[in-house]
Order: sequence, then C-alpha cells, then structure tokens
Amino acid sequence: MSIEQMKTKSRVKKLVREKQKERRQKQHIGLKTSRIVSNTIIYIILVVIMVVWLVPFFFLLMDSFKCDIAADGETRVTWQSDTIIPKKFGFDNYVDLFTKTKFPRWFINTTLVGLACAVLQTTMILLMSYALSRLRFKGRKFLMNFMLILGMFPGFLSMILLYKLLSDWGLTQDNSIFGLILVYCASSGMGYYISKGFFDTIPRSLDEAARVDGATRAQVFSKVILPLSKPILIYTVLTAFMAPWGDFMFASYIAHTRDVGKNVAVGLRDLISTASGMADHYTWFCAGGVIVAIPITLLFMFLQKYYVEGVTGGAVKG
Amino acid sequence: MKKKEGLEYLKMGRFARFWYSIWMFICSMPGRIVNLAKKIWTAIKKAGIWIYSEVKDIIMTFVHGDWKTRTSYLIMGFGNIARGQVLRGILFLLFEAAFIFFMIFSGAHWLSLFGTLGKTEQGRHYDEINDVWVTSEGDNSFKILLYGILTLIFCACLIYTWRLNIKQNKIGQQLEADGKKLKSGKDDLRSLVDEQFHKTLLALPLTGILMFTVLPIIFMILVAFTSYDGVNNGFSKLFTWIGLDNFNALLTLADSSGNSISYTFGEVLTWTLIWAFFATFTNYFLGMLVALAINKKGIRLKKLWRGILVLTMAIPQFISLLYISHMFDKNGMVNNVLVNLGWITDRINFWENGMTARILVILINVWVGIPYLMLMITGVLMNIPQDLYESAKIDGANVFQQYQKITLPYVLFVTGPYLLTSFTSNINNFNVIYLLTDSVRANAKLTVNGQAVKDTDLLITWLFNLTTGATADYKLACAIGILIFIVIAIISLIVYNILPSNKNEEDFS
Repeated sequence: MSIEQMKTKSRVKKLVREKQKERRQKQHIGLKTSRIVSNTIIYIILVVIMVVWLVPFFFLLMDSFKCDIAADGETRVTWQSDTIIPKKFGFDNYVDLFTKTKFPRWFINTTLVGLACAVLQTTMILLMSYALSRLRFKGRKFLMNFMLILGMFPGFLSMILLYKLLSDWGLTQDNSIFGLILVYCASSGMGYYISKGFFDTIPRSLDEAARVDGATRAQVFSKVILPLSKPILIYTVLTAFMAPWGDFMFASYIAHTRDVGKNVAVGLRDLISTASGMADHYTWFCAGGVIVAIPITLLFMFLQKYYVEGVTGGAVKG
Repeated sequence: MKKKEGLEYLKMGRFARFWYSIWMFICSMPGRIVNLAKKIWTAIKKAGIWIYSEVKDIIMTFVHGDWKTRTSYLIMGFGNIARGQVLRGILFLLFEAAFIFFMIFSGAHWLSLFGTLGKTEQGRHYDEINDVWVTSEGDNSFKILLYGILTLIFCACLIYTWRLNIKQNKIGQQLEADGKKLKSGKDDLRSLVDEQFHKTLLALPLTGILMFTVLPIIFMILVAFTSYDGVNNGFSKLFTWIGLDNFNALLTLADSSGNSISYTFGEVLTWTLIWAFFATFTNYFLGMLVALAINKKGIRLKKLWRGILVLTMAIPQFISLLYISHMFDKNGMVNNVLVNLGWITDRINFWENGMTARILVILINVWVGIPYLMLMITGVLMNIPQDLYESAKIDGANVFQQYQKITLPYVLFVTGPYLLTSFTSNINNFNVIYLLTDSVRANAKLTVNGQAVKDTDLLITWLFNLTTGATADYKLACAIGILIFIVIAIISLIVYNILPSNKNEEDFS
C-alpha cells in the first residue's frame, strides 16, 4: 500500500466520521421531538383507555342513586331514564334492596362461601403444589399429565351427578352454601399451577441444607419453605376468596331457584332476568352491584401487590 | 415445500417459519399416525408381558411361599401380622372384610343390574280398600349406574391391594430368611412424614379430586351412552344403554335447512372456535399494546395507569358484564347517549341481530380481558434483558424493528403456553357469554326439540341450557361434553407441536 493511498484513505475516514457526527446530532434533535410527539399520543390513548374502563362503573354508581320519578308522578323511572346524572339523588334503592329482597342473605351466603374457600382451597393448593414441586416420587409426571387431561373435560357436567348426590345429602337449595363449598373446594387441588411455579423458584439447596441438618421432609415443609411462601399464600387466599363472588354457573345450578340459597351473582341477576324485573328492579341491581364491589375492591387494593406478583411471576410459567 | 435444515431454516422470517412449522406438522401426520399405531402395539405387548410376569410372580410366590404367605392368599394381611407388622396386617384385613361385607349386602345387587340399568319399572296400582293410588318402588337407573361404577372401582382396588399384600409377603419372607428386621408399624408411621411425605400431602387433595372430578367424569362419559334425560329420569321411567345413538344424532351430516341436532351442533361448534380464536388473540395483542404503552420509557404515572386497570379486575365480573349488556340494550345507555347527541334517530338494537351481537361480545370481552393481559405482559416485559435493546439501538434499529425482532418474539416465547390455556378456557368461557347475551333472542333455525339456542351460544352455554331447561337432556349434554374434550385435546396436541417454546429454545438463552 503506498503512502498516497493511505492518505486518501484516512481522509475518507475523517470525512465519514464528520458526516456521522452531523447525522447523529440531527437524529438526536429528531428523536427528541419525535419522542415528545409519540409520548403525547400515548398519553392521549391512555386517558381514553382509562375513561373507557372507568365509565361503566361511574354509570353504575350514578344509576344506583337514581330516584327519578316519571312524568305521571308515581312510577319510578329505572333503566329507561335518558340522563346519566340522576335528577334526584337518594338512597332509596339501597334501602329497598335491603328491605324488599333477600339481598342481606345472599351477601352473607357469598361471604361465608368465600371465607371457607379461602381456607380450604388454599390448603388444598398448598399441599398439592408443594408435593408436585419439591418432592420427587414415582408417578409424579403421570399425576400432572392426568390432571391436565382431566381439566379438558367441561367441569360443569360433573354437576349432573354432584347435584343428585348433594341433594341426597341435603346440601342444595336452602342449604346450598355447604354444597357450593364442597363443589368449589373438593377438587381445587387441580389449580396448582401458579403456586407450583412459585415453589419451583425457591432454590433446592435450602432443602438440602436442612436435610443434612437432620430435618425430616415434613419439617423442611413446615419450618423452611412455608415461612418463605407468604406472597403466594396471600395470592391464593385472595383469588380463592374472590372467585365465589363472580361464579354464576355452579351457584345457580345448586341454589335451583330457591331465594335463600343464592349467592349475590345469582340473586342480583335473577332480579333483572325478566323484562318486568328489568323495569322494576334495575336500579336495585345497580345498588347491589355497588355494595358488592366496595368491600372486594378495598380488599383488593390492600393486597394488590401480592396479586400483581402472583400474576406476573406465576401465570407466565403456568 | 421440502424439508429445510440449519441455515436455510434460520434464513426464513418469523411468519415463514410459522407457516413452515404448520406445514411440516401436516406433512408429518401420516408418519405420526404410523408411529402412534406402533406405539400402541408396543404398549399392548408390554402390557401383555407385564400381566404374564405378574401372574408368574403370584404363582411362584405361592409355590415357594411358607404357610404364612400361602394363608395370606385367602386372608389378606395374615402374613404381615404373623411376621410382626401388625399395623399393615390389620389394614389389609380390614379392607378385605369391608369388601366382602359390601359385596354381600349391596355390591352384588348393583353389579347384577349394571348391564341393563334396571328392569322393574315404577308401578302404580289402585288400592281399593284404602281408596288411594299406591306407587310401588321400582329400580332406580341413576343409582344403579352410580353404585355400579363405585362397585367396579372397589373391585379394582381389591385386586390392587391383594397384589400388594402378596408382594409384601414375598419381601417379608425373604427378609425373614435373611434374618433381617422388618419395618414395624412405628417405622411406617414415621416414614409418612419423611420418605413417604408426598402421600401425606397428596391424600386430601387427591381424595377430593377422585370424588368430585374423576367419579363425575366417569359417570358423565357413561351417561353419554345411555338414554338419560328429563323423561327417562331413571326413577319414574328407567333409562338404559343405547350405544352410540347420541353421537350419531350429533354427528350425522345434516342438510343446511336447520332444526336438527347435528346442524345446531355444527353451527355452535363453528362459532365456539371462532369466538375462542378472536377472544384469545384480540385480548392478547391489544393487552400487549396497552402494556407497551404504559411501560414505555418517559411515560409518567405508570403506577396510576396500571392501578386503575388492575382495580377494574377486582369488581366481580357478573356486575360489569350484566351492566354493560344492558348498556347496549335498545333502551340502554348507549342508545340514549347516541340519540341525545343527535347522531342517530332510530335506536339500534345491538342484540337483535346475530352478527352485531357476536361482534359486540368479542369487543366487550376485550374490555374484560385487557387488564389481566396487561398485568401479565408487564411482568414479561420487565424480564427482557435491557442490553438487547441497547445493542439494537446501536445497530440503528427503530422502534418498530425493536418491537418486531425483540419484544414480540420474547413475549410470544414466554407466554406461548398461556395462549394455549387461554384458548381452551375461552372455549369454556361461560360467564362472559351467558351474562352478556341474556337479552339476545334465540335463533329459530337452531332451535331443536323446543330448546332455544342463540347465535352467540357456545357449546358450554348450550350444554348449560340443555341440563337446566325443561327437557333436561342429560344424555345429549354428556355427549357434547365428550366432544368438547376431544376438540380441546386435538387443539392442544397440535399447538404443543408447533409452539415456539418447544423448538427455538436456544433463541433467548
């Protein structure tokens, strides 16, 4: 390579470098403006999303306070009213709900079922997921595959048999909360996935260290792992407690049109399931919805951290 | 398309790879079926060999056994007690006693009727002396079916325990001959918190699953082959085995005129699959977009945005679903607002038309599902190594390229299994469909035997209506249930085979 060639080469390099620098500066300014533009667009989108997600609840709240009287001065306007904000505020719907329907009973039913589920389901899931995650035994893989296949059957069909059995034992209709607790909890061990995902992440060296020190497997479970699993326990308790509040299918099948045995979902839905029900009780339904939503939302707000951890950590592995 | 290897495969784009893997899956079907047949054949052979060796072992143990072992063939647990393992021996003995007791007093009766599900119908005759109608009790098909299953399960358990008893005798005899000490009852109990700890843990959950899931599923599968419905309820009128008639009714090719079970089944199944596809993927991609928007660098108040969406999950679904369903009614809020704004003059009946109802259901499902997806994908996004993005930036990749080459593949890779489970749970998504479409009218063409079916009905809601309606067609519902299982199993099998999580595992490690 001659000196001449080298010189031209270095000159070209210099030129290229300068050009690049220039371009980068331009880009930087361009990036800044484009980032501002894109961020503003995103803010607008986010605000729209929040409005879309919150508006139904706002409407629900407003409807629950609606005590509008129709033009004839007698009949109550329920869901045909054409204003969003009530013309006349009042707690009449709430009062009516508590005095004229069995709502208090439905609420107590659901709370009891929820509490029982929180305890029983958590126990079942904890036992199952711990055994499948941290113990190795013959038939473990088979068991997991077996449960996977079981989960592919529509669970509702089991009600054909279970309803007959439960009603033979007197656990349906008026006593349906006991039947419901059994149906929800008995086979809840099958929902072990998220909890198992959590146990899988705890290092095995912990177990081994405890075993070397002479702990039995039961002691490893109760003294080493259990104290570490607070987050997943709270997550499981929270989801187990909340599930019965939304269940409709099993609850309506077991309550079988008996008012006393319904949960809030079935009770409130049956209020407005007919056209005349819609006309008479729509605002009651809204009031009921608000009353149900408040305690659950508060509970959720306090424990949100654990819920988020559970979903972001465990659901992905499931 | 021929098989591609190594570099050739890597050169393809993501979508080309996707189509390629699906194509390869279809091409490999014949080979797979042959393989499956081979596997089944070897499994049968293995089972034969296993049975042969078991029987041989049982006979040989008897031939070589001492008097304790030989007596155990008739009296279970005798050998254990004679050798000092009292706890095990008593358990065996108790089980045998319980079995014999059960078989004599009821099991034999149920088994004898299991083949016909009952012979004597409930009778009614007029009692002239007391001037009343008297009903004489007949057989109860339902009970016969249930207790028949239970008796069969009990028999299988007995055979298993009997075999276990013989094995233990063999081991016990061996140990005795070697002069070693046998495990005492104390040792057995202690092992339950140590070596056998899994048995202690699993006892309760597995009992629950056997009682409340496995038994009902066996029952359901058998009901699909009977004539059990509201009329032939097994009590006032017996039901019996009818073979494959229910499946025939569902699967025979129907003309497109409607009003036959197989036509309705075809329509509902098609819609169920369409629904599951759209419900899964609209939620998934829109949820991902929202997650990306919230997690973008420079966006403030991240916690607030996330918090609001998460809070909407706390409110029980039935409230929001029922409320939104009525918002879209003819006299509902949405129509009110549109009319007041003067955008429309005639109120739109969203739920009247099958097509708009279907679209609306999918849209509202997006509203329901996005918060959860947003949360989950946020978790995944946080785990993406940031240096991937930095090196991409240095290489001059713009935002969309980064999304296409890093974010999307990573998220798809991690959440692949979730997509499958969410697809199958959408096939059985009862709450959203049932509560939203309360006011949708039934489609006359789909109505069979007076059982109203809506355009928006999924298999699971149809099944619910079948079992709760006036006709209570249990046999058909059970047959549909089995077909749902088959559909889900096939889809799972296919997806597992083409899921990126199984193949390109090294892409992100």
